[in-house]
Order: sequence, then C-alpha cells, then structure tokens
Amino acid sequence: MMRQVEPGEEFLLKSQTGIQGFDQITEGGLPKGRITIIVGGPGTGKTLFGMQYLVNGANMYGEPGVFVAFEETKKKLAQNTSSLGFRVNSLIKQKKLHIDHIYIERKEIEETGEYDLEGLFVRLGYAIDSIGAKRVVLDTLEAIFAGFSNENLLRAELRRLFKWLEDKGVSAIVTAERGTETLTRYGLEEYVSDCLIVLDHRINDQISTRRLRVAKYRGSMHGTNEYPYLIDEHGISILPITSIKLDYLASKERISTGIPRLDAMLGGKGYYKGTSILISGSAGTGKSSFALTFANSVCQNGEKCLYVTFEEAPDQVIRNMGSIGIDLRQWIDKGLLKMSAVRSTYYGLETHLVSIHKIIEEFNPSVAIIDPITNLVTVGLPADVKSMLTRLIDYLKGKQITALFTNLTHLGGRIEATQSEISSLMDSWILLRDIELRGERNRGLYVLKSRGMAHSNQIREFLICKNGINLLDIYTGPSDVLTGSARAALEAEEKANAVLRQDEINALGLELEWKRKMAKSQIESLQAELDANEAEIRKRINEAKFKQKTLADERAGMVKMRKVNGTVSK
Amino acid sequence: MISNNPVKDSFKEFKQAAKKIGASNYILRLYISGMTSRSLQAIENLNKICDDELSGRYKLEVIDISQQPESVAKKDIVATPTLVKELPLPIRKIVGDLSERERILVALNLQPRRK
Repeated sequence: MMRQVEPGEEFLLKSQTGIQGFDQITEGGLPKGRITIIVGGPGTGKTLFGMQYLVNGANMYGEPGVFVAFEETKKKLAQNTSSLGFRVNSLIKQKKLHIDHIYIERKEIEETGEYDLEGLFVRLGYAIDSIGAKRVVLDTLEAIFAGFSNENLLRAELRRLFKWLEDKGVSAIVTAERGTETLTRYGLEEYVSDCLIVLDHRINDQISTRRLRVAKYRGSMHGTNEYPYLIDEHGISILPITSIKLDYLASKERISTGIPRLDAMLGGKGYYKGTSILISGSAGTGKSSFALTFANSVCQNGEKCLYVTFEEAPDQVIRNMGSIGIDLRQWIDKGLLKMSAVRSTYYGLETHLVSIHKIIEEFNPSVAIIDPITNLVTVGLPADVKSMLTRLIDYLKGKQITALFTNLTHLGGRIEATQSEISSLMDSWILLRDIELRGERNRGLYVLKSRGMAHSNQIREFLICKNGINLLDIYTGPSDVLTGSARAALEAEEKANAVLRQDEINALGLELEWKRKMAKSQIESLQAELDANEAEIRKRINEAKFKQKTLADERAGMVKMRKVNGTVSK
Repeated sequence: MISNNPVKDSFKEFKQAAKKIGASNYILRLYISGMTSRSLQAIENLNKICDDELSGRYKLEVIDISQQPESVAKKDIVATPTLVKELPLPIRKIVGDLSERERILVALNLQPRRK
C-alpha cells in the first residue's frame, strides 16, 4: 500500500539492503542517512547482516561501504564471509569496501582524567572519505564499553558519534548485544531511535529457529511480526509473508492427476490448477505413489514439478517408482523434476518454510509436492504447523502453483477428524484407506472433498501394480462394496449364476424347437392321412360315377334294342 | 652488503643498540586531536612528569591525529589524548589528559603499584 505523498513533503528515503525479504517487510530497506541498530544474541547473524548490507550496497546499488570491526580481524571477516560468496577481498581492491579492525584491549589501557573518542571519529572519517562510503557498519560498537570504564563519557561520545554519522550523510548499522533489562546491553537504543531490528534465536524442543523483528522504524510502515530467517550459503534470507490477503486468482484450468479414472472421479478433468490437494491415508496405502504419479504426469506435459520429501532419499524414491513402471530419472535429467530430501527434524518449521520458499523462487515449478506434511508435525506444535502450512499454501496460491500434500493418518480413530486443522486449508482431499475384510487388506480411495467440482462419491478399490496405479471398476453389488478376494468371489458367483441362467435359456430354446418339430411332424402325418383318405374317396366317387353312367348307357341300349317308342331316334 | 666478519659486526650493532636505548630508555608517543585545551593540558602534564622522572632518558613524539588521520589505524587509537608507551615493553596506553600523576607513574612502571 503506497501512501499518498503531498507535494513538497519530505519523504523518508530508504537504503536497500538487497537481503531477500527484508526490503519487502521494511518497504524499501533501512532509513537512508540514518542509523539502524541491529540487536541480537550471539550467533544470530548481526555481523553477517551488516556485511551483506555493505556487499550488496557495493555490488547492486553502487554505494561503497565501511565495515568497522571491533571483534573480528579483517582477515577473519573476509574468510568467514567468503564462504558465503561475498568476494570481500576483490571489493576491497576495487575500493568499494573498506574493512577496519579496531582492537581495544582493556589490559593495555589506563585512564587518567578526561578524554574523548576523537580517535574513532578520525579513523572512521578517514575510512569514509578514502572510498566515498555511503554505508557504514559498526560491529560491535559496544566493545568500547569493555575497553573504557567511564561510562558517562562514553555515552556522551556515542551520542556525538551518531550525530556525526548522520551529518556525514551515511546510512549506518550499529550492532549490539542483547541485554537483560534493556534491549541492548548498554541501552544504545536510547540514542538511536530511527530504526531498531531485533534478531532472535530460539530453541524449542531442540530445534532452533531464527527470527527477525522490526521493533521500531520511525517514519515508515513496516511489518510488525516476527519473520523467520535463514542463514545459508547465500547469506541471510527472510520470509516476508505471515498474512496474505485472500485475493489470489482462481484458475479454471485443470490439471490431470496422472490417473485417468481418478480424473473421472474429479469431475472428469482432474484437479484445478493452483489449488491445494491433500492425500491422506494410513501407512502403506500408496500416498507417495499417488503423489509421484501426479509428478510424472506433470513432467510428461513438459511442466516443472518440485518434490519435497522428508522420508526417503531421492534415489530410493526413483527406485521405488521404477518398480511400478514410472521412470522419474528422465525428468530429473531433463530438469523438469527437482527432488529435495531433508530430514524434517533437521530444521525448525520456519527454516523448512524458508528453504521451501527459496527452492521455489529458484526453480519456479508449476506443481509442488510435500511428502508428507505429517513429519512437520513432529517438529512443531499443531498451531505452528497450521500457521506454517497456511503461509506456504498462501504463497503457493499467490504464485498459482498447484500444491499436493500427503498426510499420514494413524490406524484407528476417525481419519477425517484427526486432521481437521489441516484439511480446512485444502481444496481437494483424497482419502486412501485400507479396507479390511475376510482376512485381507485392500486399498480403496474416495474423494472426501473437492471444491468447485462435481466429484464422485464412490469408494473405489485400486491396485498398485507394475504399470502404476489402477482404479478398478465400480462394483455395485446388492449389499455393499466388496474388495479383494471377496469381490472376486462374488464376481465368480455372479458369473456362475449367469452361466446357469444361460444354460436354462438354451435348454428352453431347445425344448421349444423340439416341440415345434413335433407339432410339425404331427401336422405332416395328418396331412398325409388326409391326402390318403381323399384319394380313396375320390376313387370311390369315380367308381360310382362310372357305374352310374354304365347303368344309363345300358338302359338306353336296351330301349333302342326294344324299339319301345317305334322309332329309334335320339 | 656482505660483511667480512659478521660475528664481530653484529656484536658491535648490539652494543650500539643497547647504548641507544640506554640514552633514551623510554619511547613515548602522545596522540592528540587538534590543539584543544585538553590536548595542551595533556602535553603540559606529560612534560612535567618526564622532566621530573625521566630526565634525559626518554624520547617523546606528539602526533596530532587530525593532521595525520592514517596514523590512528596503526596503533588502534580510539580515544584522545592517548599516551602510548612503546618502550620499554609491555606496551601501555594511557588515556586522558594525564592529570593523575600517581596513576601515570604506575602505568609507566616508574612507581610500584600500591596495594
């Protein structure tokens, strides 16, 4: 959110640190031309912060810097920071950086009467002028309290020093040790009130997490939370997000699960792009196989996938997936799949979060898989885990990265209830479960929820075989869903019954045919009989007719012969 | 230079060096910052002590760091005025306007530390 600036208004200028995340939470960096106190206990990275500020200033913003070390020698400093890729010595040669080691040994010093710290001023002024420095780090200024005893005098001199630095127009960092009653051991924060940054190093359950807080920043907006930060081979990086607005875009694009029949269960097209998916199930239900089948499918489409695992080494994962016909090595070789394997207990939660962020920033995947999130629960309290996951999911959604998490649920108890705090963050939730029946365990899955799509309500049995994951046909029996051999048995029984029924049909068909034949033959014989009778009768009719005619003829002949009527004429 | 008789020469050198130190037993440097009243006070106090206690066996150099800023880095001078006792060893730094004579004498090893 940018503030409206009135014309002519003095606006606080910022001096960018170039430290990942820090410039975001302070909206631009440290106050320019002012003094910032960085306070923290031993090992919190105060010196590193200072050095990174100067090195980035020299490399990225063209601002030379002076580092005044009261504790470490120049050589040690250069060595310590060169392991972080800060090429301090070459910067010194280029006159972009000046390191000054001021050694104060109490044993050598006797105090008699009044004095001032002009030696420090002269030295600092000389160093600043020799390279035209714009940035100064004093690490750890409080060492002078150990070297001199007149505290009142020192305080007055420090106040003068800070004023003098501001007049010089340099942006300065003063590091300070943590105090017990005051924030800094010698109460330096009383003199410098522009910007105060607190670095903290906390250990909970044997796991340490570093946190940074901007305790004060006069004239500037800043995040007030504690931000976890990480010190790794690139120096300090800070994770800026603790609460993101719920304003990310919701994609309508879909992404295949890698299992066609599972796609079908999810409205026919698979997951929504950029959503969070949870696959939960008890041990051995195939969560990782589902996750990696998805990864394989993503890579097949030429997109990048990050796989973070807390349980197995990448090699083992590749071997295991090879056994079910999925070759992940090819995707790693093509740079589409990145595996990050680290023991969950190796870092604290925040560090995990920061390191996942860093990998994502570098690799820029379109899908991220965390397998399993359950291991993180062993690292932190449930509330912390939820907060971490919320931030992770927000971050991923903001970047439109599809996130898939697996989650181990324990046997017994209601699976759905145990993980309620996590599940509410998820858009899709697929539950894998063992179905124990008649002395067997079989695997089944169902879609518990899937926001924004018409998903299947069925429990499907699946098999993990050498060709991958196969969802079996839905068995819709009269009573229940059956799995494994019970299902097979029932299917066989069904089949047997069907055969019997078919036999019966065939038999009846034959009977009908036979009956038809019988009827036909009967009809034929009757016809034959009728024919026979008819012939007989006709014969007799003819005989009768012949007889009749013969009789008539005989009579007529007799009449003629007898000449009964005198004349014989006809 | 290659000497014909190195053993003899180095012995000679040693004798000369010992003589030199004997002549000015103390080598002192006073760092001040500008001619302020405090600087002048320190110089005055130091001169008095040297005259009283080290007459003829000290060498004093006064360095104005505001004129020679590069000089401060060499000796880790933070405060001014600072008197550095370079010789005899051990090196000691005495900070302040040198107004406490007793303490200075102790620091310069001219008087045993009081219990």
